[in-house]
Amino acid sequence: MTEHRRIVGDTLLKVENISLGFGGVQALSNISLEIREHEILAIIGPNGAGKTSMLNVINGFYHPQEGAITFKGEVRRAMRPYIAAKQGIARTFQNVALFRGMSTLDNIMTGRNLRMQSSFLWQTLYYGPARREEMVHRRRVEEIIDFLEIQAIRRTPVGRLPYGLQKRVELARALAMEPELLLLDEPMAGMNVEEKEDMCRFVIDVNEQFGTTIALIEHDMGVVMDISDRVVVLDYGRKLADGTPDEVRANQNVIDAYLGVPHA
Amino acid sequence: MGGDFLFFIEATVSGLTAGVMYSLVALGFVLIFKASGIFNFAQGVMALFAALTLVGLMEKFGLAPWVAIIATVGVMIVLAWLIERLVLQHMVNQDPIILFMSTIGLAYVLEGLGDILWGSDVKVLDIGIPQGALDWLLDDYGIYIEKLEIVAAATGAVLVMVLAVFFSKTRIGRALRAVADDHQAALSVGISLRTIWVIVWSVAGIVALVAGIMWGSKSGVQFSLSLIALKALPVLILGGFTSIPGAIVGGLIIGVGEKWAEIYFGSLVGGAIENWFAYVLALAFLLFRPQGLFGEKIIERV
Repeated sequence: MTEHRRIVGDTLLKVENISLGFGGVQALSNISLEIREHEILAIIGPNGAGKTSMLNVINGFYHPQEGAITFKGEVRRAMRPYIAAKQGIARTFQNVALFRGMSTLDNIMTGRNLRMQSSFLWQTLYYGPARREEMVHRRRVEEIIDFLEIQAIRRTPVGRLPYGLQKRVELARALAMEPELLLLDEPMAGMNVEEKEDMCRFVIDVNEQFGTTIALIEHDMGVVMDISDRVVVLDYGRKLADGTPDEVRANQNVIDAYLGVPHA
Repeated sequence: MGGDFLFFIEATVSGLTAGVMYSLVALGFVLIFKASGIFNFAQGVMALFAALTLVGLMEKFGLAPWVAIIATVGVMIVLAWLIERLVLQHMVNQDPIILFMSTIGLAYVLEGLGDILWGSDVKVLDIGIPQGALDWLLDDYGIYIEKLEIVAAATGAVLVMVLAVFFSKTRIGRALRAVADDHQAALSVGISLRTIWVIVWSVAGIVALVAGIMWGSKSGVQFSLSLIALKALPVLILGGFTSIPGAIVGGLIIGVGEKWAEIYFGSLVGGAIENWFAYVLALAFLLFRPQGLFGEKIIERV
């Protein structure tokens, strides 16, 4: 068990009665959950349970047919990706979504996009304010590179990196946004034991050092039980359970969903 | 022998400058392809439309050339905005082939629009670019080089340098490349697809205007101008669809190659090599180096 030094605060994001369907498929049915400041929340569930759909609703890729999303006290029918990013929600993707043709550095720099302000004209000329601004943000990006220990691959086009490192670059890009809420979609999937341990350490460090709230989807139960403050369990688009790792572990519905119910 | 050598130089320079003209058109394709993965079939028609608008503004409203150019830049930006609004916005996450088809439609709409607004007769475009041969070269060395071609070459060079810096060093340039690579990821870091598309189509529109001015000054503004897009295709295949320097080098190689082929091999096959040389060269490239000279090699991790 990791000891968290930060204090879990008030509700940062709340989704209420979210329902989302695609044609005949109901991806999410009437789900409510909340994410509290500075916590690590794990969303678990079997394949097709609606975990990724939930993240997509939170950062505005999907617009649910019903429900509301409250982020930092502001109620919305649906998020939009631009608003989500602007308001401090960053994310990573299940199947690494990096800008493959660009270097590690440039990938991470895109995370600074919203924080850079200089005008179109200056940028075209790459002169004066635009150049200075570039330097300031570059410095910040270097800090993140140090933090995630990816100095050696700074200039490498990310398409050439091994999978584990790509995932790390993706995390770096999200961190460059200096988000309040970080959504991680299976950050450790497909990694070997050593890479998993590194990633766990980074997730915990981000949470403790920057106070970033983290919501993550993960299949490795050992990892989930170790690092999360709370766990939400989804199954067939419905919420099965919501509580501390210990509570969830003892929940009969969860045990049935994962191990199956004997047909007697 | 001296005469032969001069002739060789003359042919080479004239090939190079023709190449720059091809490059100008190819550049517009590369910009849009790089930023949105769309092969914009309408690029040639955009050059025509820009040139028509420019001539129209000068003729019908009596604007001075530089005022008309600025106004045309404005028109191209509005056009980019309209294209995003009316076409691209409804095509997000569609297959590239569908987007490509929509640009074919766009080409016809633009051609018709140009026709309705400005008429279909051949127009003379004169914005004060000096015409005729460089006299001192002709007098002292007997080499014939058009002034217009020199202006075109210089303009092309400046344009490429600005674009190269813009694409590689700035926030918007990075955002453009990001959008080209992955729409969702770009959205997740707060890049607005719509803004990026308007910007990139505006820039492509302005490049089309430059190409339209150069070609229009050379051979008049007429509907065949939109066919120069066909010449840009082999340039793109040679240079790579995603590379700005590639568009330039590709254009130069084809420009010079055409001229040399015509001069040295033309007599063997009865001439007119110039018309098809570029396409044969492109075919060879497709066989042996499909990503072009400078294109990004597609790396697929398995």
